[in-house]
Amino acid sequence: MPEQQTLTMNKQSLVFQEGETILDVARRNGVFIPTICHMEGLTPSGACRLCVVEDESAGKLVTACSTPARRNMALQTESKRVVSSRRNTLELLLTSGNHDCLLCPANGECTLQDLAFRYQVAGTSYPRQVQPYNLEAVNPLIIRDFSKCILCGRCVRACQEVQVNNAISIGYRGKAGKIVAAGDRPLKDSDCVFCGECVQACPTGALVPKDARFRPRTWQTEQVRTTCPYCGVGCQMFLHVRDNEIHRVTGVEHAPPNEGSLCVKGRFGFEFVSSPERLKTPLIKENGGLREASWDEALDVCVSGFKTAIDRHGPESVGVVSSARATNEENYLIQKFTRTVLGTNNIDHCARLCHSSTVSGLGQVFGSGAMTNSIADIEKAEVILVTGSNTTESHPVLSIRVKRAVTQRGARLIVVDPRRIPLVDFAHVWLRQNLGSDIAWINAMMQVIIEEGLLDQDFIDRRSMGFEELKEALSGYTPEAVQAFTGIEPEDLRTAARLYAGAGAANILYAMGITQHVCGTDNVKSLANLAMLCGHIGREGGGVNPLRGQNNVQGACDMGALPNLYPGYQQVSDPAIRDKMAGAWGVDSLPEEQGLTATEMFPRALQGDLRTMYIVGENPVLSDADSTHVRQALEGLDFLAVQDIFLTETARYADVVLPACTFAEKEGTFTNTERRVQRVRKALEPPGSSLPDSEIVIRLAKRFGSSWSCRDSSDIMAEVASLTPQYGGIEYCRLEEEGLHWPCWDLQHPGTPILHCDEFACGLGRFQPVQSSPPAEVIDEDYPLWLTTGRVLYQYHTGTMTRKSRGLNALSRERLVEIAPEDAGTYGLEDGDEVIVSSRRGSIQARVGFSRAAVPGTVFIPFHYAEAAANVLTNPRTDPVSGIPEFKACAVQLARVG
Amino acid sequence: MRVKVFNGEGCRAKGSDEVYRALTAEVRSQGVQDRIEVIEVGEEHCPGYCTLSPSLLVEPSGMIYQDVQVRDAPGLVQNLVEQQEPLSKKIYSPRKLEEIPEEQETDFFGPQLFWTLRNRGRIDPESIEEYIAMDGYQGAAEAILEMEPEEIIEEVKVSAIRGRGGAGFPAHIKWKAGAGARSDIKYVVCNADEGDPGAFMDRSILEGDPHSVLEGMIIAARAIGSHHGYIYCRTEYPLAVRRLSIAIDQAMGYGLLGENILGSGFDFHLQIYQGAGAFVCGEGTALQHSIEGKRGMPRPKPPRSTDKGLFNRPTVLNNVETFANIPQIIVKGGKWYSGVGTEKSKGTKVFALSGDVRNIGLVEVPMGTSLRTIIFDIGGGIPDKKKFKAVQLGGPSGGCIPEDYLDLPVDFEAISQANAIMGSGGMIVMDESTCMVDMAHYFMDFIQDESCGKCTPCREGTKRLLDILTRIKEGQGEEADLDRLESLSAYITDTSLCGLGQSAPTPVLSALRSFRKEFEAHIIDKQCPAKKCPALLHFEVDPEKCASCGQCYRHCPAKVISWQKKESAEIDKEKCIQCLTCYEKCRFEAIE
Repeated sequence: MPEQQTLTMNKQSLVFQEGETILDVARRNGVFIPTICHMEGLTPSGACRLCVVEDESAGKLVTACSTPARRNMALQTESKRVVSSRRNTLELLLTSGNHDCLLCPANGECTLQDLAFRYQVAGTSYPRQVQPYNLEAVNPLIIRDFSKCILCGRCVRACQEVQVNNAISIGYRGKAGKIVAAGDRPLKDSDCVFCGECVQACPTGALVPKDARFRPRTWQTEQVRTTCPYCGVGCQMFLHVRDNEIHRVTGVEHAPPNEGSLCVKGRFGFEFVSSPERLKTPLIKENGGLREASWDEALDVCVSGFKTAIDRHGPESVGVVSSARATNEENYLIQKFTRTVLGTNNIDHCARLCHSSTVSGLGQVFGSGAMTNSIADIEKAEVILVTGSNTTESHPVLSIRVKRAVTQRGARLIVVDPRRIPLVDFAHVWLRQNLGSDIAWINAMMQVIIEEGLLDQDFIDRRSMGFEELKEALSGYTPEAVQAFTGIEPEDLRTAARLYAGAGAANILYAMGITQHVCGTDNVKSLANLAMLCGHIGREGGGVNPLRGQNNVQGACDMGALPNLYPGYQQVSDPAIRDKMAGAWGVDSLPEEQGLTATEMFPRALQGDLRTMYIVGENPVLSDADSTHVRQALEGLDFLAVQDIFLTETARYADVVLPACTFAEKEGTFTNTERRVQRVRKALEPPGSSLPDSEIVIRLAKRFGSSWSCRDSSDIMAEVASLTPQYGGIEYCRLEEEGLHWPCWDLQHPGTPILHCDEFACGLGRFQPVQSSPPAEVIDEDYPLWLTTGRVLYQYHTGTMTRKSRGLNALSRERLVEIAPEDAGTYGLEDGDEVIVSSRRGSIQARVGFSRAAVPGTVFIPFHYAEAAANVLTNPRTDPVSGIPEFKACAVQLARVG
Repeated sequence: MRVKVFNGEGCRAKGSDEVYRALTAEVRSQGVQDRIEVIEVGEEHCPGYCTLSPSLLVEPSGMIYQDVQVRDAPGLVQNLVEQQEPLSKKIYSPRKLEEIPEEQETDFFGPQLFWTLRNRGRIDPESIEEYIAMDGYQGAAEAILEMEPEEIIEEVKVSAIRGRGGAGFPAHIKWKAGAGARSDIKYVVCNADEGDPGAFMDRSILEGDPHSVLEGMIIAARAIGSHHGYIYCRTEYPLAVRRLSIAIDQAMGYGLLGENILGSGFDFHLQIYQGAGAFVCGEGTALQHSIEGKRGMPRPKPPRSTDKGLFNRPTVLNNVETFANIPQIIVKGGKWYSGVGTEKSKGTKVFALSGDVRNIGLVEVPMGTSLRTIIFDIGGGIPDKKKFKAVQLGGPSGGCIPEDYLDLPVDFEAISQANAIMGSGGMIVMDESTCMVDMAHYFMDFIQDESCGKCTPCREGTKRLLDILTRIKEGQGEEADLDRLESLSAYITDTSLCGLGQSAPTPVLSALRSFRKEFEAHIIDKQCPAKKCPALLHFEVDPEKCASCGQCYRHCPAKVISWQKKESAEIDKEKCIQCLTCYEKCRFEAIE
């Protein structure tokens, strides 16, 4: 506890602690000091000079934001001298440009306006200056009105210090100063990624969303706090709502995990909610087309569809795909419906396609398959190893932590990725491994660590078992021996190994580049071995952290939307658990057999074993490997019910389409990638007769004769808590301000940001030696190029939501095949040529884009675009343990069109 | 016979290079190459006597020709060939130039004391051997091999040397803080971003004696335990940068820089960083940001640089002149140094004397020398029989000192009492024809242009000050403007972030304080007493005095003067553009 000292503020004696600024002391004691340029958590800038206070002991004005509190200071925060200075400053700012509040979109949320009112400054002492710079509106999302810019520098710090995108800076000098991007070019031609952090930081109307002039102003809207519906980071956001429409989205300041930051999708990608294409009524297939129907009619058709299948072919002929986009409560109900009403364990969801190998891999080593540490914890790492994750594009707000750790806290970054992803620019070591050679390089790193004695023997002795077997299995994996396979220079690999092992705390971040392989589970185990070998587990700044791709993919797993697990990862195969669940759910028995995985369902459908499917909020036609076969499977079903917010590519195959609600139209919780359970709140009435997924499932269950009562979502969570040990202490009233990290065993439990601190979930950690193996399909003469797939920043998954947003589409309209210029030469291609890309499973047509990120010999295709669906090409071969397909490596050929 | 043309940076500005080339060509065209050798010599031989230039020295006679123009070349060469007496108007001194620094009899050199500039003109700045021969690196050797860091700081404390960058902060306090800061990495930084208009003290030291700066830095590094230093030199000083690079290479070669200096185990690496021309980068924190690769803008203090400076590490930042003084303080002792000067300001100070004074140039005087001595003895007084009006000290951050204070001894405290600042040493003398409103306007224009734009008072406030001054200059001023100037100035001083902003209004305020009547004349009488503000001038021909010569008529660029032979001229006031041409051309003082 630092020593307490006192100072005098406005003649009042106040206690402060070493390290506090005058502003800190004032704010803590409710003393108002105006600020414009000050941004909490960042180093003081001292630019605007509005926070000056009078230091009577020194006889001068000092800035409260930057001046440390000192013993016996005598401060006046509103003395004549102070007020005079502030009024002068405001006068100068108000006359510096075009500050006409009447026509300003920021009216009512403008700091300059507020302070002008408080200090009664009219801006009339000097003639108004004419701004030399024109308004910029040549991008789809942000307007830059330089005539309202007061050069406070907040946007620049938001861009450079908060988001670390380094896209804008102050250009020119003095009065000619201007916020510039890329040497004074429009934002769209710069490094700007349109996260809008600058817009949120702007204290005036200089930076506003593009359509702000045609929207209600902030004070005219109601702000509803909720959780972002895009990736797994789970950013907290305010929806600004009026007349049943979202007009703006802002990040929630001072709240984890995002502390106010958002990415382009979260901030600007809400247009889909009010899209005219939303499903508003149930649809029933008739004469090859879909017609509108009532809920009664549609649900009756569903019930008869399922019942027919169950009667004729048994419950095992029904498959249910739940949704990682839906809430915990909904996933819970859907799996409960599947198990108790339909009577099958054939339930799965898209975690199968992204992190099923994580769940199995980490589960075997640590006993738990989730992110071990929190998002905020990334900034505490000394070394960060990122592999198989294009973090800045797939988890933009989480990547901020990595970039800040490196640029502001001196962390070292190792990136292992074949593509030159944006994070490479921040990396101290970049290893460019060949596709599918992950086990080899990880094993070789461990071999170096053991050989050089860099391992944490104490941790290994106390916390783990199986080390000798691991050691044995690693013999032969020298950096030199694996070089031919991995393509990594031995010395670089050694550097990375020493860096990782030598750190006090080192964090591993990984995503689909590791998991989406036929050896996905083994890849994950390898990383877990590596972390345990160096003792980087169960401590701040360490951990093995799988970055989950969807808003609630963690929660959908937690809720047991899995064929082998009940909520809380309780084994279906365990009779005692089965009995407990049956009792709680009021049924006599539950199916014993483990169900089908999502990747097994489509082949089984093609074989005729699976006859009926119920797909909730998923779009396997685009998202699953080898989509030609997926389409065939869907076509062959006896009955297909699809529940979604849009008529997706998959819904077009449905016999009944059930219109569901978006995140903005319902209550519930999402669990983000760091296991934080967070609230989703209703902001809008749903369009037409669409219903929340929970309501639809409840109605379905009732039609089957179940006695589920129609309750609100907090009641459902209470039921979840009673049956899911990790969620035992989760209660809505505890989630109001910030969520809770599971495991949270009871109502008194504070949640668990870091797993495995004292012991692993399975007691001792179990080293799992694994051997390297090549991808299931390798390049050959016919298919000489590798294909790898992934995401781009401005689109999300199958584009169901993002492609409804004009702004996002304008920034990445095109489906591009990313190719290295070297390969383009080989195939005689120019940038922008149309090509046919073919694999053994199909072919697509798309445009070629040269990229400095690309790997020679490998093409990269994002999987968002239906018109050039990358998954027509991908290999459906799966990891034998987890069932995850190998999206990240297959063989293709390339041919120019025409 | 050899003709040495002084062709350093300063002389070139006055056309010495053209003279050199003209002489070379002339010698060739007269075919006398075998008799006369024309060579150019740079800063290393510079006598610091800028008034002379372009100038040349004839050997072996030792004749100095001053103010030589290109058109003089034929006659000059011919004279030399014919061994005639030199053109009389061109001669300055029959003595050999090399002797001049020792020569204390002249008014110019008599009162000066060359400590900082001790080696200037006496050694080849590109030769470390010559520097060593003048006791060079002896201080560094002593500091590294024989002294403990505390002893070095103690010696600096005894010398009582204060920072020569302008603020006069005692060097030993800064060094002690730097030495006491706990960090594995510390920096020593030399501020060579000399940017004040009319200041060239640092440039002269860097170009004429670069090793003295290096040595001072090595000693500082040893005192605080730093192993890495930067010299932040403005890119407009290419010769200084080149000389410094050569000096660093030579010192590395002699084991005086780099790893294991003189076998002591002490390492110190030094590199040059070139500034890109922003005045504000002379401010310590902005300078550090600039080295870090960021935009050069100041940050609030605390933290002090000695706690968190360059790259957030403890940093000791001193100016060129300070470092150049350090070696001899170590060699001769702090006591020796403090033997000269006033009670609180010790040693010598270099000034760049310029403006309306006969002898323009670089001068070094003991602290405590009076302004009168500097301006009237060394400077030779005001030319053209004009009267002294004021002297501007400290550049755009400084103020002007009127005649009443001429006997003021030069010392940090005395000068600030006179509402100016010592600054880095720029000293601009102004005669009676200077308009103080115009002067204030000039400096405010400079400051406004050089404001980095970070903080509101400096960015917006100086713009408004300039607007008001422009208004007054143009005859649009109102009486309330003087209050506005004062209150806005007080606000800017009170509220600005860095020293540049805080001192920005000083030229205005000091002019207003000493010459308020002149401002009032502009505002109330709509007149510019010094006849400098064109908008306030009305030109009229006095028929009594007019000699009807027609000079004004012929030279008027606007053709608004009517004149016929034997009749007095007349000016169309409506169309007059107040260019002053007629006023200057009239030999009969008939135009007023």
